[in-house]
Amino acid sequence: MLLEKLSNARAVSGREKEVRELLREEIKDNVDRLKTDVMGNLIAVKGPDKPGPRVMLAAHMDEVGLMISEITSDGLLKFKPVGGFDKRILVSKKVSIGEKNISGVIGAKAIHLQKKSERDKPLDYDNLYIDIGAKNKENAEKLVSPGDMAAFTTEFKKISSHRALGKAFDDRVGCSLLAELTEYSYDYPIYFVFTVQEEVGLRGAGQAAYWLKPDLALVLEGTSAADVPENKEFRYSTTLGKGPALTVRDRTIVVNKKLLQELIATAEEHDIPYQFRRTTAGGNDAGVINITGEGIPAAVISLPCRYIHSPVSLLDLTDYANMKKLVYNYLLAIKRKEF
Amino acid sequence: MNGGYLTIMNKIEKSTDIKKLIKELSERSAVSGEERGAFQLVKDFLSHYTDEIRTDPLDNLIARRAGTAEDIKVMLAAHLDEIGLMVKSIDDNGFLKFATVGGIDPRTLPAQEVIVNGRKEITGVIGAMPPHLLSRDKRKKAHKLEDLYIDTGLELEEVKKNINIGDTVTIKRELTYLENDYVSGKALDDRAGVLMMLETARELDKIKHQADVYFVATSQEEVGLKGSETAAYDIFPDVGIAIDVCHGQMPGVDRGDASEMAKGPAVAFGPQVHPDIYQLLTKTAEERSIPYQKEASTTPYGTDAASIQIARSGVATALISIPLRYMHTSVEVISLQDVKSGAQLLARTIAEIDQDFLEGLTCY
Repeated sequence: MLLEKLSNARAVSGREKEVRELLREEIKDNVDRLKTDVMGNLIAVKGPDKPGPRVMLAAHMDEVGLMISEITSDGLLKFKPVGGFDKRILVSKKVSIGEKNISGVIGAKAIHLQKKSERDKPLDYDNLYIDIGAKNKENAEKLVSPGDMAAFTTEFKKISSHRALGKAFDDRVGCSLLAELTEYSYDYPIYFVFTVQEEVGLRGAGQAAYWLKPDLALVLEGTSAADVPENKEFRYSTTLGKGPALTVRDRTIVVNKKLLQELIATAEEHDIPYQFRRTTAGGNDAGVINITGEGIPAAVISLPCRYIHSPVSLLDLTDYANMKKLVYNYLLAIKRKEF
Repeated sequence: MNGGYLTIMNKIEKSTDIKKLIKELSERSAVSGEERGAFQLVKDFLSHYTDEIRTDPLDNLIARRAGTAEDIKVMLAAHLDEIGLMVKSIDDNGFLKFATVGGIDPRTLPAQEVIVNGRKEITGVIGAMPPHLLSRDKRKKAHKLEDLYIDTGLELEEVKKNINIGDTVTIKRELTYLENDYVSGKALDDRAGVLMMLETARELDKIKHQADVYFVATSQEEVGLKGSETAAYDIFPDVGIAIDVCHGQMPGVDRGDASEMAKGPAVAFGPQVHPDIYQLLTKTAEERSIPYQKEASTTPYGTDAASIQIARSGVATALISIPLRYMHTSVEVISLQDVKSGAQLLARTIAEIDQDFLEGLTCY
């Protein structure tokens, strides 16, 4: 399963190499041309010379992670977050560091040694570090350098007939869907864009959109599902198992109304379950693509995932299948429409 | 409950090396009261080095290796159980609320994979309310136990079929080999101690010793030192030595509360330690040039040494510990060097124990 390989691969923002190479290998025989740009975006095209609307599909390769900022005299590694984190989830987790894939763990003072007041406070970055088993600074410097990225190491696992655990589903689900969609043929030029640096402020997609100047863009994402205990149902941003989520608007974009209506119509026509993303918070590459050049109509389709931006998230594989069905049927419908 | 969550059980040979042993030990599932999950592995290894193996009503695993003299009994105790969780309730959507078994810091739990030991082993993840839905105030507070739950991804019906209230939950973590013979994993408190005990058996096989040696993988240490209490009553040894872990030095911890990593095992001195055994351990280490550290242990509680000492009419006890960082998290770190040194020290010390030494134990 491609999603499994992509989820297990490591690509903290700015260091997307591992995922890029995996994707390149996966799609190279399905597309007409393949290139990387100066940012590191991977851009593939099918039917560049065909008439019709030029369609861009985008998914980001990068994931949230940690950057080594300092090596202490004890040989422990201080770090800073890359991308948005709840720092409270870092303690007692395993990471893999740099291109040498050095193993490390994020420890915490034993509960036995904590004062009562300490137990109520989350550990901040000042009190967190990665332990690679180095004896001292010199020993650690041979293996790790400041600037190296650390990624979580959770392995993808199917935990029931239709649910799976893994890391970086935001946005390897999008990457996986895009790669799978290269297998089909389309009547118009279609660009598959795997972007970089989404998690550090939507830094990669704009350049690719500027270069391609597509007539419309669809962004495929992994989004947060909040259908969890203690939360009230009206606050669920999305729900697992209820189909792909369509964005109406978020912090970065007001989704093109025509595209949105067409996506809804496609879902209805093919009996594909779908839901709306029921929050205006968050944002993704569609936000920058939308305001590139003279403006590009853009829409977002997301896969609900619980616990994104943490070492382990959980998704529903029927949602994945339905999302693929929705996007594919929408892409088929495009040829009949004018842009 | 049999075998732990790694269903493929590798055969343990007499020659199985320390790196493989610690991986197998750490990854077995044996939450306090369910020590049987790790029995087979310990049995397999000790069967090569001992004359008799049995279990008792509290699920202690006891193996005896005969010495050359009669009537000298040395008991080594390392606890096999680990901290964990227990299912407390199942909500209408199939999410599980849980209680802790042993001292768990709830702050280490969010985004942690777990195994629910139900009718079959069920993988889950510990979830909490997404941070962007929390008020700024709440986000600044650490997670509390009541805020957390286990998400198995299963439908309610499936959950009810496989999981019962009272089922234990094992924290899931595969062992990681770090640099310099350091390893990281769950339950190294006290599987590292069990490892030292197994390595001691291997060392004793190379030398002569008068005492009968009882290797006891004790149960229920994390919930009140229970197994060692009945095992010590049963065996009533002349000398009892508990093998456990102590805090390894790390930032934010007072150096007086912790021992250095990779500088040898910590030999404890305190009310629960008989001065003569302490002397014998440190003298043996000096004579044999085995690295060791001294640990000032001011209170007698906290390890099996405490319960062994007060068995029947009293037992001369000692405590040897492996420095360990991040105790009671799923990423505990130890140095295998410390385990090897500790095993050598224990074997050489046991070889020194004879009737004369035992007679001296009451001469204060």
